[in-house]
Amino acid sequence: MLTLPKKELIKFVIFAVVVLTMPVWLTPFGASYPGLLQKFAIYGLLAVGFNILFGLTGYLSFGHAAFLGVGSYAAVWSFKLLTMNAIPAVVFAVILSGLFALAIGYLSLRRSGIYFSILTLAFAQMSYNLAYSVLTPITNGETGLQLTLQDPRVLDLAFSEREAGLPIVTLFGIDMAGYGGFYFSAVLLIAGFFIAQKITTSPFGLVLKGIKSNQNRMNYTGVNTRPYTLAAFVISGMYAGLAGGLLAVTDPLAGAERMQWTASGELVLMTILGGVGTMFGPVLGAWIMKYLENIFSAFNENVLHGFFAFLPDNLESVVVLIASKFVGEGWHLTLGLMFVFVVVFLPGGLMEGYRRFVNRFFNGGKAKAEAPDKQTQPAE
Amino acid sequence: MATSDHNVVLHVADVHMRFGGLHALADIDLEVEEGKTHAIIGPNGAGKSTLLNVCVGRLFPTSGAVVFDGQVITGKKPHEINQAGVARVFQTPEIFPELSVLDNVMAPAFAKRDGAFKLNFFSNMHKEGEIREEARHFINDVGMTAKLDTHAGALSRGDKRRLELAMCLIQHPRLLLLDEPTAGMSRHDTNTTIELLRKIKERGMTKIIIEHDMHVVFSLADKISVLAQGRIIAEGAPDEVRADPRVKEAYLGSEQE
Repeated sequence: MLTLPKKELIKFVIFAVVVLTMPVWLTPFGASYPGLLQKFAIYGLLAVGFNILFGLTGYLSFGHAAFLGVGSYAAVWSFKLLTMNAIPAVVFAVILSGLFALAIGYLSLRRSGIYFSILTLAFAQMSYNLAYSVLTPITNGETGLQLTLQDPRVLDLAFSEREAGLPIVTLFGIDMAGYGGFYFSAVLLIAGFFIAQKITTSPFGLVLKGIKSNQNRMNYTGVNTRPYTLAAFVISGMYAGLAGGLLAVTDPLAGAERMQWTASGELVLMTILGGVGTMFGPVLGAWIMKYLENIFSAFNENVLHGFFAFLPDNLESVVVLIASKFVGEGWHLTLGLMFVFVVVFLPGGLMEGYRRFVNRFFNGGKAKAEAPDKQTQPAE
Repeated sequence: MATSDHNVVLHVADVHMRFGGLHALADIDLEVEEGKTHAIIGPNGAGKSTLLNVCVGRLFPTSGAVVFDGQVITGKKPHEINQAGVARVFQTPEIFPELSVLDNVMAPAFAKRDGAFKLNFFSNMHKEGEIREEARHFINDVGMTAKLDTHAGALSRGDKRRLELAMCLIQHPRLLLLDEPTAGMSRHDTNTTIELLRKIKERGMTKIIIEHDMHVVFSLADKISVLAQGRIIAEGAPDEVRADPRVKEAYLGSEQE
C-alpha cells in the first residue's frame, strides 16, 4: 500500500534529503532564515497539490487561492476557539478547504477548458469579496483575522491559566514561529510529495492522465470522468488548504488578500515556471519564485548604486534608473519577463531545460528516456 | 424484420434521427445476432456514423430505441453503455496521444476491472502485473509489440487504428463497433487487420462494421445492411446484397466503376 516503484522511491529520498537540509545548503544564498524557509516549504506544498489537478488532468484552476484563504481562516479559528496546538489547526484547514473545494469543483467541473478556468476564478473572487464584506464577523474584513487576549481557547484554558500577552502557536511545546515551523511544514511537504507520487503512479493517476490526453476516449472506455476530475480537484484543494493552514501556523493571522486572484495567478506561474506535470518542477518553480521575490523586492536604489558603482557617473545613473524599475515594488516586471522567457523558449518549464541540458551534455543528444507531458494547455 | 432463433445482441428499433430539416436516419430497424459480423455499407452521408453514434450514446435519437442485451440503452451515457459491454473504434482514431502504447491499452483494462469510478490510489502501475501482461498480449495481437513504449501520438495513422482496436479488445466487449477500421491502411495492413478480425470472430465476439472497402466487407460480413439517405434499402447475406439491383444503383454501381 505504501510502496513506490524504485525510480520514484529514489526521487522521494532525494527530495526528502534536499528539503530537510535546506537550512544548510541555502546558507550561501542568504536564504537560510526561518521566515523564508517556511515559505519555501509551504508554497512548495501548494504547488505540488496544484500540479495534481493541473499537471495530471489538465484542468487549469484560476481560483486555488480561495482554498489557501479558507485554510488560513480555519486554522486561525482553531487557535482562537480550541487550542494553540498546530495539529488541530491543520486538520481543520484540510477538512474545511476540502468541503469548500467539493462545492466549487462540483459546479465548475460542469465545464472544461477556458470556461472551467473562468468559473474557478469567479468563485475565488466571490470568496475574496465575501471575506471582505458580508462575512466580516468570520473573517474580520480588512483588518484580517487575528488572535486576541479574549479568545476562548477552550482546550488550552481547561488545562492551564490564561497567561499575560498573546499566546504563541506550538506543536506540543515547540515554537512554530521559527525553525520549528519550517521543519513542521517540511515534513508535511515531504508527506504531500509522497502522496502525489502515489497518485501519479497509481491506476487512478493513469485515468487522470488519460482525461487530460483525450477525455472523449475515456468516456467511451467506460470511465465516468466527472468524479475523477472532482476527486483530483478536491485533493488539490486540500493541499492548498493545508498550505493556508501552515501559513497561519507560522504566523497566526489570516487576511482576505490571501484569496485574491493575484495569489491564484502566482500559483499558476510557479507551476508553469518549474514544469507542469513533472514531480519536481512545481516545487522548484515555487522555490525560485519565492527566492527571487525575496531578493528583488529587497533591492532599492541605494543597493543598485552600490552594485553599479564601477560605471562612470552619468552611465551609472541611467543604468540605475532603468534597473530600479525591475526591483523593489517593480519586481513583478522581472517576474513577467522571466515568465515570458520560459513560456517562449522552454514550454516545459525549468525541468525541460534541465532535461535538454542533460541530453545535450551527457547522452550525446540521444533521444530522451523519459518523456513527460509537455503541454501547458488546459484540457479541451 | 425477419426474426430468427439466434440470440439478438443489439436491436435498433424504429430509430429516427432528425437534425433540423435533415432526416439523417429514418425508420431504422436492425437486429444484430450473437457472434455475427454485421456490415453496414452505403455512400457518404448515408447515416452510417450517425447510426453508430446513436448506439454508443453520443446522439440521442428523435424517436425509437436501442436495445442491447435485452436492456434499453437509449438515453444512457457513453460510459454506462461501455460498461454494459459495447466498445467502439472511431473513424478518426481516439487514443491517448501523450501516453505510451502500453498505458493506452492498460487504461481501458482498468476501466473494465474497476468500473466507471474507483479511487484506486494505493495500487501502483508496477504492481498491476496481470493487467500489464494482458495488455502486452493484446498489443502483440495487433502486431505492435515493438512499439510498446512509443508515445501513441507519434504513431502512423494505421498504427493508431490498430492500437485503438487493441484498446477495445482488451475490454472483451460483447459488441464491438468498428467505424472504417482499415481506412488509411496499406493493403498489407488491411489484410492483417482482416485476419485479426476473423480471429476475434472465432472467439464469438459480435461486431458491427462500417466499411467502404468492399474487399473487407465481403471477407468478414455474415450479413449486410445497405444504408442510403438514412434508410435501409436492402439487407441480407453478402451474396444476396451483391446481386440486389437497388444496391448496385445506390452504391456499388458508383463505387465499382
